[in-house]
Amino acid sequence: MHDFTPLSGLIGGALIGLAAAMLMLFTGRLAGVSGILGGALTSGSDRAWRLAFIAGLIVAAVVAPLFGAPSPARLASSNLVLLAVAGLLVGFGSRMGNGCTSGHGVCGFARISTRSIVATLVFMAVAAATVAILRHGFGG
Amino acid sequence: MARTVASFLCGLLFGIGLLISGMTEPSKVQGFLDIFGAWDATLAFVMGGAVAVAGAGFALARKRAAPVLGGNFAWPSRRDTDAPLIIGSAIFGIGWGLSGICPGPALVNLAALSAPIIVFVAAMLLGMFGFELWERRPAGRDVATGAAVAAPSDG
Repeated sequence: MHDFTPLSGLIGGALIGLAAAMLMLFTGRLAGVSGILGGALTSGSDRAWRLAFIAGLIVAAVVAPLFGAPSPARLASSNLVLLAVAGLLVGFGSRMGNGCTSGHGVCGFARISTRSIVATLVFMAVAAATVAILRHGFGG
Repeated sequence: MARTVASFLCGLLFGIGLLISGMTEPSKVQGFLDIFGAWDATLAFVMGGAVAVAGAGFALARKRAAPVLGGNFAWPSRRDTDAPLIIGSAIFGIGWGLSGICPGPALVNLAALSAPIIVFVAAMLLGMFGFELWERRPAGRDVATGAAVAAPSDG
């Protein structure tokens, strides 16, 4: 079980928010990762900034640990079939719902968008129910 | 070119934030979602910090006619709460709960190049492709996603 780490949570969160704010201020684009990734797969003309943002996310995991940030998770003991199913659901669902934790959860709340607030409450409630079933069985 | 560099730097900062916050650690994310177990409230602080700073930045952006590096502001325009939004978010929630991984942390963790994260990201991309195919299917488009075809993404 992990410890409660509100300070690093708040600092990391502030950096996430700062990155989203800067992306909008400088380029006019919304920092929603599923939208950026989905668009990189499908839209030809608007692809460069999307691929650059994705490259930044990956490079962060290489560079930041050198300066004391946590290393990316290795997921050593995970069940590959479960991860494949989860990945399919995350990819399909985030595109169908037009956003994920970043686009709806962070940017949508920051814009006070009803659509995003509803989406976030739905995926958080469903995810919490999924974890409850996974960890505690149907009986809770 | 400047826009591409700015996007890269924002992605870099976003990724550093995800690492520091604990969002890249699936067990920590599941600990936050585990409200019936030993609940770890850290991610509420992550979201609080992110929303506060993004909200302030967005307020600044709203006062500008155009982004600093030119072009236009692509604010999401939709207001309706439709079925694909709810169903898609629910599907995403199941996958997020099962794995503790959402798209941003998935890409950050991809740098570790471990078999599990490669499987997850490959499946996630397949799921995204699957949605594109499903959305473009010839019949029945109007049932669930007709309005979504031309609409800009929320994220």
